[in-house]
Amino acid sequence: MSCQCQCAATSPTRTPEDAAKFDELGRFIASLNVDAIPDRRRGYLIQILHRAQSIFGYLPEEVQEFVARALNISRAEVYGVISFYSYFTDKPVGRYKINVCTGTACFVKGAPKVLNEFKARLGIKEGESTPDGKFFLGALRCVGACSLAPVVMVNDKVYGNMTADKVADILKECGE
Amino acid sequence: MKIESPVQLAETAGQLNSRPRPPMKLLVSLGTCGIAAGTQPVLKAIKDEITERRLENAIEVSEVGCMGLCYAEPVIMLLDRESGKRLIYGDVTPQQIPAILAAGTDAPATGTRTIERNWYYPESETPADGEFQARIVLRNTGRINPENIEEYIAEGGYTALAKVLTEMKPQDVIDLITASGLRGRGGGGFPTGRKWQFAANQPAGEKFIICNADEGDPGAFMDRAVLEGDPHTVLEAMAIGGYAIGASTGVIYIRAEYPLAVKRLEIAIRQAEERGLLGKNLFGSGFDFKIEIKFGAGAFVCGEETALIHSIEGKRGEPTVKPPFPAVEGLWKRPSVVNNVETYANICAIVRKGAEWFRSIGTQGSPGTKVFALAGKVAKVGLVEVPMGSTLREIIFGIGGGIKHGREFKAVQTGGPSGGCITKQHLDLGIDYESLKGIGSMMGSGGMIVMDEDDCMVNIAKFFLEFTLDESCGKCTPCRIGNRRLYEMLEDITNGLGTVETIEKLKTLSATIKDTALCGLGQTSPNPVLSTLSNFEEEYLAHVKESRCPAGVCVKLVHYTITDKCVGCGLCVRHCPANCISGERKMRHEIDQSRCLKCGACYQVCKFHAVEKH
Repeated sequence: MSCQCQCAATSPTRTPEDAAKFDELGRFIASLNVDAIPDRRRGYLIQILHRAQSIFGYLPEEVQEFVARALNISRAEVYGVISFYSYFTDKPVGRYKINVCTGTACFVKGAPKVLNEFKARLGIKEGESTPDGKFFLGALRCVGACSLAPVVMVNDKVYGNMTADKVADILKECGE
Repeated sequence: MKIESPVQLAETAGQLNSRPRPPMKLLVSLGTCGIAAGTQPVLKAIKDEITERRLENAIEVSEVGCMGLCYAEPVIMLLDRESGKRLIYGDVTPQQIPAILAAGTDAPATGTRTIERNWYYPESETPADGEFQARIVLRNTGRINPENIEEYIAEGGYTALAKVLTEMKPQDVIDLITASGLRGRGGGGFPTGRKWQFAANQPAGEKFIICNADEGDPGAFMDRAVLEGDPHTVLEAMAIGGYAIGASTGVIYIRAEYPLAVKRLEIAIRQAEERGLLGKNLFGSGFDFKIEIKFGAGAFVCGEETALIHSIEGKRGEPTVKPPFPAVEGLWKRPSVVNNVETYANICAIVRKGAEWFRSIGTQGSPGTKVFALAGKVAKVGLVEVPMGSTLREIIFGIGGGIKHGREFKAVQTGGPSGGCITKQHLDLGIDYESLKGIGSMMGSGGMIVMDEDDCMVNIAKFFLEFTLDESCGKCTPCRIGNRRLYEMLEDITNGLGTVETIEKLKTLSATIKDTALCGLGQTSPNPVLSTLSNFEEEYLAHVKESRCPAGVCVKLVHYTITDKCVGCGLCVRHCPANCISGERKMRHEIDQSRCLKCGACYQVCKFHAVEKH
């Protein structure tokens, strides 16, 4: 049973870039052969969402709808999964994803001070992005680099032995 | 070329080992923390130096996983194949490389830091003096190139699988693992053989063997090290387990935060398939086995096996009540075995060396070794693998080099958010599953966070509860609401609003949550509170009775006072944002405690150390 309202099927507002992204996602889903065992289609959901988030940067409603249709499940189920896992987000995030590790080793070595310094300098709370779309600030649990604690990740780069004093340098490094 | 029989495997290994190779081998540690610490520039310097001095035939460079010496990254090891001499260098910089390569293995290059090896490999060596660590799980990690299956085969890789498939019946394998006494290394300590037996006893049909690589315990990173450093060991063990229980599909559930481990696993699976070591009709036995990778998406509770299975099925990772156990009704409602990475990493060694050998290491009730991730305020942060029954003193002060900056040891936290704190009085206790439970902590996955006198235990308990709050799936009330209330009480205490009754309420509520929560996460979530309360009750009392934080961590409870050392320079007055410092010039100043914001500005600016913090 699929939805009859044709909400995603006819979206005249898609820009060419968006259309290309949807094509890419569609090709990825097709390559998975999700219909091999129809009862187990859902097993591909998280994998598809990972790919979708890497293509779009986040998971807007339109993408959720697209994935739900591909797997023949309701959008509520897709949203339920997105809201459960901390890795997924349905809001656009800043270009520089700053993640402060707040695992135990980093915590005892002063991660909260580093996090507070980022909050103060960027004027946002954790889980938020700056209004100009440049920075996202998050806290994550243990990247497994405990010997370098406290650790900060900016996109995929790891900065070890962080102190509040080094926060300004990192932000400057991100300045274009 | 495909390997189709044990003989062919042995021949391949023989050929690989008898190839002419350069006399010197240089191991470069390229795990996640090595790369973050700057191994890549070092590797580039090595390659440049070798090209420049035409040393291609003298030195073979191998990019290996983590050696466990995280405190000294970037780490390289120089090994002389003929004499067996070796040198381990730590804190290597690209500038040191020419000198290191020139010096060889006879004497360390000047101006460098060398490290003694403090481990041995029980499969092939006997311990020498000072070798406290016994590496079974980490036997290949940091020794072979994880992205090259040939190095694994040359070290005897896949011989255990060959032996199992051609010489043993599935029941023999289960009996062997049961006899070895191997217990689940993910934390619970359930006997692995018994788990396999349950699944094997289910009617034949589709079954699954699952590897739990969702290492979510903050402060534990041994599974990451094994997957990054020796992925084939896990693949081989999963195939052995699959044969034992009658499963032809293996699933590795790995967290998305470990991109390097995922990449290396994918390479390993592809190489094993190319060699015919995964796929159809392995070693001509008629046994088929394939492995899929499934990704987590950031949920701690997915380390619980029923939640993990739901997550693989593409659902929210919420646990369900057991029974039915996964061994009866698991993934897609089929019998499934879920084991942790470290558990699998023991299997091949047991098959090769036998149950008796495995039992000769460790304690009666907990044979074998355990890998601990030593972190926090300890001097030598890293991965250590010790026989079960080793004492905390040996681990923290022997291998770990004691506390950083000469501070006083206060406690060590084991078992992650479900575990507890262990104090000085238990430093000489031999640790295994039972002994740790006996003192109110648990083995957990093996995170070991060392704390010193500057850590406030109430604050630590609050930290772990905050973690549980974040990660609680929200399904059952005791965990969702009970932990929230616990957290609020702890917050009151750290803010100076707690009373003696608050402590009593903490105890009652903790006991209730323990008894009523649905899954392991909820049932163990009050452990950090209970264990800090029983070991450090005086610290809680200092907070509520005297409004004092003995470690000086809880900001709201800190007091700043000005002592006789004050010369009345007025610097603090100018920096105080609340204008609450007063005094005549050249006279001792005073802080108005009622208006003080506890920002610490006066403490930081005073040049005469006249401001004291208590």
